[in-house]
Amino acid sequence: MTLRPDLAIIAANVATGSRILDVGCGDGALMAALRDERGCDARGLEIDPANVAAAVARGLSVIQGDADTDLADYPDGGFDYAILSQTLQTTMRPDWVLDQLLRIGARAFVSFPNFAHWRVRASLLWGGRMPVTRLLPVAWYATPNIHHVTIDDFRALVAERGLTVEGQWFLAGDKRRSALAANFAAEHAVFLLRK
Amino acid sequence: MTSDQRFGLQRHVRLTQPLALDGGAVLPAVEIAYETYGALNADASNAILICHALTMDQHVASKHPITGKPGWWEQMVGSGRPIDTDRYFVICANVLGSCMGSSGPASIDPATGAPYAMAFPVITIRDMVRAQAMLLDHLGIARLMAVVGGSMGGMQALSWPATYPERVASAVVIASTARHSAQNIAFHEVGRQAVMADPNWRGGAYYGHTPPTAGLAVARMAAHITYLSEAGLTEKFGRKLQERDTKTFGFDADFQVESYLRHQGISFTDRFDANAYLYITRAMDYFDLAEEHGGRLADAFKGNATRFCLISFDTDWLYPTAESRSIVHALNAAGAAASFVELKSPFGHDAFLLDVPEMNRVIDGFLRAVETPSPLKGRGL
Repeated sequence: MTLRPDLAIIAANVATGSRILDVGCGDGALMAALRDERGCDARGLEIDPANVAAAVARGLSVIQGDADTDLADYPDGGFDYAILSQTLQTTMRPDWVLDQLLRIGARAFVSFPNFAHWRVRASLLWGGRMPVTRLLPVAWYATPNIHHVTIDDFRALVAERGLTVEGQWFLAGDKRRSALAANFAAEHAVFLLRK
Repeated sequence: MTSDQRFGLQRHVRLTQPLALDGGAVLPAVEIAYETYGALNADASNAILICHALTMDQHVASKHPITGKPGWWEQMVGSGRPIDTDRYFVICANVLGSCMGSSGPASIDPATGAPYAMAFPVITIRDMVRAQAMLLDHLGIARLMAVVGGSMGGMQALSWPATYPERVASAVVIASTARHSAQNIAFHEVGRQAVMADPNWRGGAYYGHTPPTAGLAVARMAAHITYLSEAGLTEKFGRKLQERDTKTFGFDADFQVESYLRHQGISFTDRFDANAYLYITRAMDYFDLAEEHGGRLADAFKGNATRFCLISFDTDWLYPTAESRSIVHALNAAGAAASFVELKSPFGHDAFLLDVPEMNRVIDGFLRAVETPSPLKGRGL
């Protein structure tokens, strides 16, 4: 099974046999990979009923709900990892969601598109319009991405919350690249955090 | 096909071991009317128990003997259906307290030789589940692959893993609740009072006389409204008049919705016993799964290896989505493997009895995953 590049990074760095909560799990592709290849006990939260149905049909345990409100219903420390892939920028309060992830999970994986990538900067600087790029393909009025975030913004939030970065991975053109000038050169970032 | 007389349509068994009830009484023997569909496999691992709702019965996928209508869940249960009788062995039993062949107030009290009537002990949802477990013992089924039910059937499906965690691998709970709300109890009380206000009810001792059909019909009319949605009623009837062009300025059934409800009420009395209606609604009102576990619903599922699938409908105001969500919340707190989805339907509570493709897809996928677990073992799923 071919996973999206950011999901492949997460799947490769999760401890075997761990308990996982995938927040915004979509149709459960990552959960299925973690279950079948890493022996994980994976649970999911997903807002779209069609995606929930698809995930349940894969034999996964997925609850229809909204990360903005329903994370509060999970008990403390119930999971080894809480995963939030490409969802942070769509939440009402990304800082609250981040707090919840590290309340529910001992560690959290967070991946997001970098709004400071040079293509985005160029589009805004030279075009004077809200960027529409490969990773941000929807016009400003219809995008679910209501809280655009850059890698440096995210690092600042992590520092403000006193969190520890255990791992960080950067992607450009779906390929891994170095951390050097990541805020300019990376399209996409994956962070592994703990309290 | 098997020639085992325990399996097939229109089965009936008298289980002679006593059944101790939540209310303190003991039934010396329990009669259960049930049906089975499909074939039990060699290791008895493909059994699915279907639990029926308040006024349903064991004829889940076979013609009803009184009304001649098809089984009440034929779009869900049958060959090639989500609960596929080519792959699964399906059992559906008339609940304890009902009137389609299982022990209930219309049954003969061995102590008197006459129908129990109100001498029948008040029963609970958990008592119904205990009687089903006795039936499974009789059928030689130690563990269910799944227990499935909607509405009151969902209460049983939820009560099953809480009562017999080791006997059920998965539970599908549709349009249901972990406890009856004040509003739920209120509607049932209206129905019971309608029955009891009928002079033919005679304190329940109407067997051999004219039954309280008028009261039971009103009870059914009131209940039937709760199974539908305002949008559904508006779409189907609006303010349309019944076979007339103008209002009559009288109390005949001028409106189509009145005529429809009257028909629902009267036809119900052909197939249902008024006292059974009292007993089963009481069992539902008494249902509070948290109360049975020290007031904390999560404790009902602690350490439970059963997999849960919950489904609600957005227009169901009898057991609204919030009730399913509170169950999901408790399952999460207990660390149980739970799936939940709210589906869209204009048809209110009764949507679970209709052909809803999304519901079929979810249940089909869920059961296949239980039937064939993924290759890795020891995941605690």
